[in-house]
This record gives sequence, structure tokens and C-alpha cells, in this order.
Amino acid sequence: MTTDLGMPAFAPRGVGHLRGDQSFPEAAREALGNKQLRSNLGRATATIRTKRAAVVAEVPDWADLRTAGAAIKDAVLADLGAQLLRLEKQVTAHGGHVHWARDANEANRIVTDLVRATGQTDVVKVKSMATQEIGLNEALAEAGIAAWETDLAELIVQLADDRPSHILVPAIHRNRTEIRDIFLREMGRAGVPAPAGLTDEPRELAEAARLHLRAKFLSAQVAISGANFAVAETGTLAVVESEGNGRMCLTLPKTLITVMGIEKLLPTWRDLEVFLQLLPRSSTGERMNPYTSMWTGVTPGDGPQEFHLVLLDNGRTATLADPDGRAALRCIRCSACLNVCPVYERTGGHAYGSVYPGPIGAVLSPQLTGVKDNPSLPFASSLCGACYDVCPVAIDIPTMLVHLRAEAVASKGMKAERAAMGGVSSLMRHPRLYGAALRMGRLGRILGRRRGVIRRLPWPMSAWTRARDLPLPPTETFRDWWVRTHGSP
Amino acid sequence: MNAARTEILRRIDAAISRSAPVEIPRTYRGPSGEGRGSAAVVDLMQDRLVDYKAVVHRVEPAQVRAVIAAALADAGVERAVVPAGFPTEWLPSGPAWVQDDPALTAAELDDLDGVLTTCRIAVAETGTIVLDAGQGQGRRALSLVPDYHLVVVLADQIVASVPDAVAELDPTRPLTWISGPSATSDIELQRVEGVHGPRRLVVLLVTG
Repeated sequence: MTTDLGMPAFAPRGVGHLRGDQSFPEAAREALGNKQLRSNLGRATATIRTKRAAVVAEVPDWADLRTAGAAIKDAVLADLGAQLLRLEKQVTAHGGHVHWARDANEANRIVTDLVRATGQTDVVKVKSMATQEIGLNEALAEAGIAAWETDLAELIVQLADDRPSHILVPAIHRNRTEIRDIFLREMGRAGVPAPAGLTDEPRELAEAARLHLRAKFLSAQVAISGANFAVAETGTLAVVESEGNGRMCLTLPKTLITVMGIEKLLPTWRDLEVFLQLLPRSSTGERMNPYTSMWTGVTPGDGPQEFHLVLLDNGRTATLADPDGRAALRCIRCSACLNVCPVYERTGGHAYGSVYPGPIGAVLSPQLTGVKDNPSLPFASSLCGACYDVCPVAIDIPTMLVHLRAEAVASKGMKAERAAMGGVSSLMRHPRLYGAALRMGRLGRILGRRRGVIRRLPWPMSAWTRARDLPLPPTETFRDWWVRTHGSP
Repeated sequence: MNAARTEILRRIDAAISRSAPVEIPRTYRGPSGEGRGSAAVVDLMQDRLVDYKAVVHRVEPAQVRAVIAAALADAGVERAVVPAGFPTEWLPSGPAWVQDDPALTAAELDDLDGVLTTCRIAVAETGTIVLDAGQGQGRRALSLVPDYHLVVVLADQIVASVPDAVAELDPTRPLTWISGPSATSDIELQRVEGVHGPRRLVVLLVTG
């Protein structure tokens, strides 16, 4: 056994989807040029923001629920080892099997072996962030096992060989016409084809998905799911969903394999009374989602008779080790922070390069991988604080972003920025030089004389304008104006 | 595998060695049992269900059988599965009633027009009906595969809040919380009722 004492165990490279190919500013520049994407996102996020605000406002004790939700999650994290052992004991006592996976590779290997042991080459899947995070579908494909996504949005993403762009609505970047085209083109290759003459009416598209997946559900022998909650006290797992694809996967197959991050625990059964109020209202803006399934181990004669639970670390213990960052592990994946984020609304999810986009992704992904592997994400925010306000477990994302920015600077050096800051600090200690420097700034007006903004500063300041436009400097500096209107400085 | 377990537990220990225990402030509205089965709670339940596009009938006990007959006729349900323990006095003549004994296959369930069940408990604030696979409810697949689900809810099974329901449920039973027919908002966040679960949910609220 290898032990890496002292080294935080980050999510390994080369597997899964926590790192992008490009930095955030580079990827965002591309996304911002895509008008279709921006209009899809703008409409969708505005709709869901309104719905959420309305159903949250009707809960008189929302603030108390939020405080309790945060505390419950903190209680789990402060006692995580013992809580996991309790869960393991309960699941095992009720006929389930518990597996532990240090990282994505180990989890993929465990699940692949479990599927192989059933002799099946097809599995149905419930939407799960954890299995996307570890790249399970790719690992299964390499082993000759076809994993069929059954959530409508995941189906759209899978058929289009695309990447999810939102935690809750992974195909939020696609509009109805694009979805119809994908169904007509791809469904036949994956099984039951889309009906000829399919229109782009959402009702018809949902019907096409129903027909396409029906045969798969009825014949599926193995299902793979994630979990929204696991109750340590009772060994109960919960999956929250809308379409019934989750119920199909959790009920009809003989074997169920659930992959769950180790932070998904709740200490007691009672704690669900808090989270079953916080999650649906924050997530889809509904009073309750259409379906929630709860199961404890195996129930003879009802549902899967073989149940495996895979507990996944993959960088979570490394996140836990940072007292200023560990609150990110409270996250219940509701995606409210994405929907209110002015940055996410404009760039969409792909620009973040990770399955966890938006504000929570900007703090979670760098912690799971180590900041060194995601150094641009902590900067993918205007620090406006809207994410903190809507977070149902009160994760202070803005403060955490600043903390991670400091880490990114320390890990990368960011020499130019530090030199510039050093230069400014010595200038500011010399009032006369400082005044002269400010007046020099007026020269910058030349750079932006055509567009009214400065798109690119000359080197070395070009680093600043790589991801920003700069407003034109005013014709008169504040200090000059003060002297002119008030006399002496 | 044991090595992974040992290693993860060691990492956790190293990460949180100095964490203090956390108090959980439960100042929110907890379970109170208040209003159970009251007219106000039944009204709220009805309002929420209608909002989810479920079909709701408010009936007296003596009317249950007739309303079921009319609802099934209206929906064209001719063959429905009836779980063990569903009150036989509620079953009208006409439709063919199928028993889940021996257990029906998924394909056989898919061939049926619908399912009739009772429920364990219901939550008015959220319009939620909870099944726990007990008498009159059957195993989970029964209320899932057929495209039409008619559920009979007695007024005194309706509690006000989510905490009221959680307090009463047995976590060792398989639980299904149902809030309206299956739905998706995956296409441009426009809600469409009816995907994989029953596309039609009919609820009888029995009062008096």
C-alpha cells in the first residue's frame, strides 16, 4: 500500500472531467462570441431565477432552514470518518455492499468490475454528477460496456456527443430546434429512432425520449446512479428527480450501483426534513420535485436485489483539509448559484472546463484538482456575492474565491502582476511621482480612440486586458480636478 | 479495497483532526402535527396538486367507488393492476383488475392501462404523496410502469409540512415521494408533464 503522508490527495489527472483544455478567459472568449448560446442561457436562467425567488419567498422560515442546512453539513464534515462508518454498517446490515474509492480511477475500476460480474454489456444511468466527474461512461466504454444516460438533458448531451453545461439542466445551451435535429439524426443509431415528422415542440420531444428509452428501461439488468443524500443513521439513500427515469433505474434492474461523493452524508433521518425543503425550491424552483426515491439496502421482492454503494474521495479529503475551503463540501448541487451568476449567464458552463461550472465550480473544481491545475477558475467571478445570497447551505463563495486566488497566485508565481503591484506601491509612497504617473495615464486615450474602450494595453500590461476591456482614462485626473476646483491638494 | 477504506479514513483524520463538534440550530418549523386532515390542509393539498397538473377529485367515502369508475372510464382504463390490500369495496365493476401475484414482469406492467393505489401519507404544503410499499400500495414498480396512476388519499393522511411527514415515515421501507405527474423542464426550462413515470396522476381526496 502506498501512503502519501502529508501530501493532499487531489483528483488525478488524465481521467474524468474536472479540468478544461483551456483557461477560463480563453474558453469564455469563445463562448461570448456564440449568440445562440447567450440567448438560450439568458432566457433559461432568467426563467428559473424568477421561479426560485417565488417559491423561496413563500417559506416563512427559509433563513432558519438555511442556517440548519449549513450546520448539518458542517456537522457531517467535522465527524466524517465516523459518519461514513455508520453508513457502511447500516447499508451492509440491510443487504447492501459498500466499496471505497480513493480516486476516479479506482471508482471506475470498481464499477467496471461490478458490471462485468453481472455479465451485462449495457447499463442504464440516472443523471449523476459524481459519475461525470470521474468519467465513468468513458471507462465503461473502454471495457465494452454501453452506458445509456436516461435523464432527458443527459440524453441530449450524450446523443450529440456534447458536454453538459449546467448541473441541473445539462443541455441548457441547446434550444428546441437544435434538440429536434439531434434526436432526428442520432436516436436511430442508439436504439428506437425518433418519430418521423418530429417537431420542436417540447411535449413532442419529451414523448420521443419516452419512446426511445422505454425499451431500455424494460430490459435493463443493471443501473448506475448517484445519490443526493445518504443518511448515516439509517443507511438510507435518496435520489431526487423529475422525469421518472430515476425511478425506472432504481426500481426495475436486478443490480443497482450507486456512486456517491463522501460528503453527501446527512447524520440523521430527521435531517431530510431540512434538505427536502431546501433542495427542490433552490434547484428547479418547485415546491417539491415530482419524484424522490429512498431506499435502504435491499428490500426482498421490491426493486434491485443486489445493491452496491461506491464511496468516492477523488479530492474531497484534500478539500476537507483546508479550513477556509472545506465549506464547498456542503454543496448539494442545486445550481441556484449558476442561475444568478452574471458571469455564468454570459459564458455558459463549458468555459469552466469542469463538470462543476458556475460559482460553486469555481471554488470546488480547483480544490478537488489542486489550485495548480485550475488556476484561472478562482478568477472567473466578479465577486458580486449573488451566489452566496441564494446558496441554500450558505457557502460563502466570494470569500472562498478570494482565498483561492491567493493560492493561485502563490502556486503560479504570477510574477508580472506581483511586480506591477510592487511598482504601484512604491509610486504611491511618492505623491509627486504618483501624480505624474496618473497624468501619464491620459495618454491611454489614444489606445481607445476608435472604440471608446481600450481592448489591448501594450506589454506588460497586456496581461490585464487579455480578459477585460478597459474604459478610457478621463481627460483630467481626480487630483488635477481637485486642485483646479479646491485649490491645494 | 480495504486499503482504500483505511487510506480514506486516514486522510479524513488528518484533514479534520482539530474540528470541534457542530451544534445544529433547529429554529425552523419542525414537526407539529398541527392541522392534520383539517379542511384548510385538504384545501392546500388540492391547490398544490392542481398546480402540478394532477387531476383532483374531492369525494365523500361513499362516493369513492363511483368516482373511480367515472375517472377510469373517462381515461379509457380497461385493465389496471390493484396491489394487495387495496380496499375491494372501492373497485367498480367493468375494468379488469390484475393482481401482482405472482409478480408481474416489467413488460406485463407496461401492457396495463393503469394502477390504483392508496398511500402512506401526504404533505399539503408541497402537494406530495408518499408511498411506502405498504398495504394497498404494492411494490415500487406497480405505481411506476403503467401510464395512469390513480391514488386514494384519506383526509387524515394529509399532514401540513415536510417535517411532519419525515417524522412519521419508516426509513427502512422503500419510499416514493410523488408530487404531480412525471415532468421535465430540460428543454428551454419549459415544463412538460409526462415523461417516463405515469403521465396522468389522478388523486381522490376523501373527506368526511
